[in-house]
Amino acid sequence: MRHIISVLLENEPGALSRVVGLFSARGYNIETLTVAPTEDLTLSRMTIVTAGSDEVIEQINKQLNKLIEVVKVIDLSDGDHIERELMLVKVRAVGKDREEMKRMADIYRGRIIDATEKDYTIELTGTGSKLDAFLSAIDRSAILETVRTGASGIGRGDRILRIQ
Amino acid sequence: MELNGAEIVVRCLQEEGVDYVFGYPGGAVLHLYDELFKQSKVKHILVRHEQGAVHAADGYSRSTEKIGVALVTSGPGVTNAITGIATAYMDSIPMVIITGQVPTHAIGQDAFQECDTVGITRPCVKHNFLIKDVKDIAATMKKAFYIAGTGRPGPVVVDIPKDITHPSAKAEFDYPKSVSMRSYNPVVKGHAGQIKKALQLLLRAKRPMIYTGGGVVLGNAAPELAQLVRHLGFPCTNTLMGLGGYPASDKQFVGMLGMHGTYEANMAMQHCDVLLAIGARFDDRVIGNPKHFFEEPRTIIHIDVDPSSISKRVKVDVPIVGDVKPVLQELTKQLQASKEKPDAAALKAWWKQVDLWRARDCLKYAQTTKIIKPQYVIEKLHELTKGDAFVTSDVGQHQMWAAQFYKFDKPRRWINSGGLGTMGFGLPAAMGVRLANPKSTVACITGEGSIQMCIQELSTCKQYHLPIKIINLNNRYLGMVRQWQQVDYSSRYSESYMDALPDFVKLAEAYGHVGMLIDKPTDVEPALKEALKLKDRLVFMDFITDQTENVWPMVKAGKGLSEMLLGSEDL
Repeated sequence: MRHIISVLLENEPGALSRVVGLFSARGYNIETLTVAPTEDLTLSRMTIVTAGSDEVIEQINKQLNKLIEVVKVIDLSDGDHIERELMLVKVRAVGKDREEMKRMADIYRGRIIDATEKDYTIELTGTGSKLDAFLSAIDRSAILETVRTGASGIGRGDRILRIQ
Repeated sequence: MELNGAEIVVRCLQEEGVDYVFGYPGGAVLHLYDELFKQSKVKHILVRHEQGAVHAADGYSRSTEKIGVALVTSGPGVTNAITGIATAYMDSIPMVIITGQVPTHAIGQDAFQECDTVGITRPCVKHNFLIKDVKDIAATMKKAFYIAGTGRPGPVVVDIPKDITHPSAKAEFDYPKSVSMRSYNPVVKGHAGQIKKALQLLLRAKRPMIYTGGGVVLGNAAPELAQLVRHLGFPCTNTLMGLGGYPASDKQFVGMLGMHGTYEANMAMQHCDVLLAIGARFDDRVIGNPKHFFEEPRTIIHIDVDPSSISKRVKVDVPIVGDVKPVLQELTKQLQASKEKPDAAALKAWWKQVDLWRARDCLKYAQTTKIIKPQYVIEKLHELTKGDAFVTSDVGQHQMWAAQFYKFDKPRRWINSGGLGTMGFGLPAAMGVRLANPKSTVACITGEGSIQMCIQELSTCKQYHLPIKIINLNNRYLGMVRQWQQVDYSSRYSESYMDALPDFVKLAEAYGHVGMLIDKPTDVEPALKEALKLKDRLVFMDFITDQTENVWPMVKAGKGLSEMLLGSEDL
């Protein structure tokens, strides 16, 4: 099953490689991984999307907690949460396609953030499946380039991940 | 007081009470060696290969309750040390390994003797550090020792670039008294509610079993375990790493379990209804195939300091996270206070069954007058040392026979590479053991394959007068490989014959030691007696043993615990 795990860890060189090394060494799967410092610059927050049986997810949680630089781990999928991913897509936009591309971007609440006479760059935010849906809705041959950040996630309401 | 980097490192070692550092000098650690030269509190043992340094520090730690320390240079110094570090990691041995690094400005330039030490060691350490400022040395060293020795112990690498230890790099020295880390707070005391639940299960058990591992030895909990086991009256087994955690001569001890465990231990493990696992991790060499293990329903209680060891290979019903010692103390306290007693009638019936299994006498072997049986050598060693020697081993058949036939009654007496299974471990580990226990008999049980993997350390033994008794069970085969080839590969002995062996007697003599060749069963006892009498000499005893002897019982890889082969007739 798909899980989205949030990790607070010391913002130190090498901390990321410990997490990535753990996943590869133990054969866990990483679908996406994002990391950046938080408002407290000594801490980084990481969001990992992974998949596995309940036993594997339990081990992932325990193994992450075992890393010396990891301060806190929560499995966001255990409760209500929100997740968002950002995607930039460069698409061909010439002739009658130009208008169609604009319309599709509007339908998916995307924004055109760069345009030349031949192409548009569209910014799109949402869940991973919404971004997938956009990519399958437009003419595949029109896609010149895509880049995605991977999911970031946060718990709803009182579910707060921070150091007490 | 302002000190330079090298002075600070050495002062940190002194503050930690380190008496021995095992190491090998090189370019990147020259400032440190210069500082070691100027003092006498920390003694340095010069090995002949960095792998030996780490194994020696490891043996030192295993035979004491202290943290082992090794010091190696950058690049090849580190890569040579890796096998030693991985060995310690797999067996959770607390160690600090200080590695030299090229100067900070040269890092990443593919400098001479540069390697990415933090990257290379990451998967086989509990934690590692790269120090980039002389001001950080003291705090980092304090953290390294703290992390190595607390929670589930393990090796910690501290990588120090050469410019950080340079005489001109100075900082105020103030060794921290304590450490507090928001990201590292190991649990010590077990949850009282969970312990209560465990006790209720134990008291209601009809066929209980206690299974303990290296955690009891590392957690210094052998007395607490003995008290609990005797109070409950249950059978107790130890893993390979846990031997000595419970006295082997006690009647409640059913022997080691696992791939080469006793019939009674494996059968009791498979057929118990309540299993108490203490500081053990249900690994593949212990329970065999987990699917087969689960064919018999049982309730499992698991005490371990590392939550990730719990429910990793088998699902546990009552997990208790905490240091083994305080948890066992609490469990015994609750047991003594409880009105309920273990079910005596059920226990009596269970013991009757266990004794029936025991009666098969699965470790029996036929001693002949012509050829030396390896088991006999170990039985004699046990007898002559009154079971009180420190015994290190390498890896293979000799290791299993040592585990089966040297009955360890005390913890920290049995020193072997159980997790990684490192050939070449025995001799250097014995050096560390002997330095830590200068009055004790230290025997290294090895084979002609393993001993050659770190044989250069015979030279270190000469330099520091380490009178280790080497028991070389020489069967001219990589015996365990040959055994598997016999069992699984229709006796096609591919590359397992040891040809062109050196004359070990002459080799020992060339290094300045005493060598003995023993090839008759009647000579075994006199030779061992003579060797033990030579208190201040290293004696290399080359026992020419039966080439075809196998280790029984055997649970083949992937098989279930109760599917044991008890001898050649089962093949």
